[in-house]
Amino acid sequence: MIAPLFDYGYVGARAALVAALVIGIAFGWCLESAGMGSARKLAGQFYLTDLTVFKVMFSAIVTAMLGLFWLGRLGVVDLSRVYVPETFLLPQLAGGLVFGVGFAIGGLCPGTSCVAAVTGRLDGMALVLGMWAGVLVTGLAFPILQPFFDRTARGSLTLPQLFQLPYGVIVFSVVAIALAGFRAAEWIERRRRQPSLTAREPDDAALGVAPAPERMQA
Amino acid sequence: MTSRKPRPYANPYLAGVALGLVLLAAFVIMGRGLGASGAFASTAAGVVSAVAPSRAASSPFFARYLGGAGGPWLDWLVIEIAGVAIGGFLSALVAGRLRVDIERGPRFSPRARLVTALAGGSVMGLGAVLARGCTSGQALTGGALLSVGSWLFMLAAFTAAYLVAPLARRAWT
Repeated sequence: MIAPLFDYGYVGARAALVAALVIGIAFGWCLESAGMGSARKLAGQFYLTDLTVFKVMFSAIVTAMLGLFWLGRLGVVDLSRVYVPETFLLPQLAGGLVFGVGFAIGGLCPGTSCVAAVTGRLDGMALVLGMWAGVLVTGLAFPILQPFFDRTARGSLTLPQLFQLPYGVIVFSVVAIALAGFRAAEWIERRRRQPSLTAREPDDAALGVAPAPERMQA
Repeated sequence: MTSRKPRPYANPYLAGVALGLVLLAAFVIMGRGLGASGAFASTAAGVVSAVAPSRAASSPFFARYLGGAGGPWLDWLVIEIAGVAIGGFLSALVAGRLRVDIERGPRFSPRARLVTALAGGSVMGLGAVLARGCTSGQALTGGALLSVGSWLFMLAAFTAAYLVAPLARRAWT
């Protein structure tokens, strides 16, 4: 085992900050080149007109998950030293719901808002400001929230532990679900882009309310 | 640059695989993943600490960001997000996609869009603190690490977004 390199002493504290910058630059480059700095494009995910968010996110999750699985199996990475975000069931459920509401209203998430902001989108700058203020105010009010914040702690619980299935089985399942999701995403986008639908009922086709029976055959 | 037509966006699957390799590099080099909301929290802690040092030090939330070797401003995630800003800017620059704009739907005013962006951001700030992360640190990173809480966060966030999106339709369509 040689990795994580930082843990095994191959990367020092100063090099870690250089790595942070380089990894961040690559992260931002990927987000921007996929169009994830565009609120209009991201909002398309929620109206099923542009499923880029899903495609990018799940390609990334599957790639990193498979890479880590095989590097662990080959003995390159000591998986016990990779930090797995700890699970707190209720706060993460509630936080996720609140976050989703903000995501739908704002059209960007915290990381993509930074990309939107630096590429000239004023709405991205407003969202960065709002996010920062939201974190600041929540941080100031934290003593009130803390009892809830610490509830239902489950430690570094993973899906293989939860379902009591081997790591490889869960990895395979996530890949299978992602591939099925990609097929579904392509199918949905094809249907949304059919000109006959948008020409006949511009509003309904764009909005996704489709009582008309001919849509089913289209 | 203004005369050049912007290049189309990259194939989402290829961009996603590239992003996955960046995330994998973070695992291999640092033993941790990517993040975004943590950088907001760290810089907020930095400001509170500058304005009211005793208040920051005694806050169970902000104090966590003040203990690092480089302090809140040289936190790993703060440097990483500075990199995201640089990388996003450079990518848009070479592709001719830098443009001052307020992205919104055709029926929505620029001012209304700035208000929804500000409001949406504030709400996400609360959600990200409660959930201990956002789409980067929980959905993407924790998703790849198969963390139960991260998958719960991801499902909850997208469910809520799909439920609220019909109400926000005017902003985009």
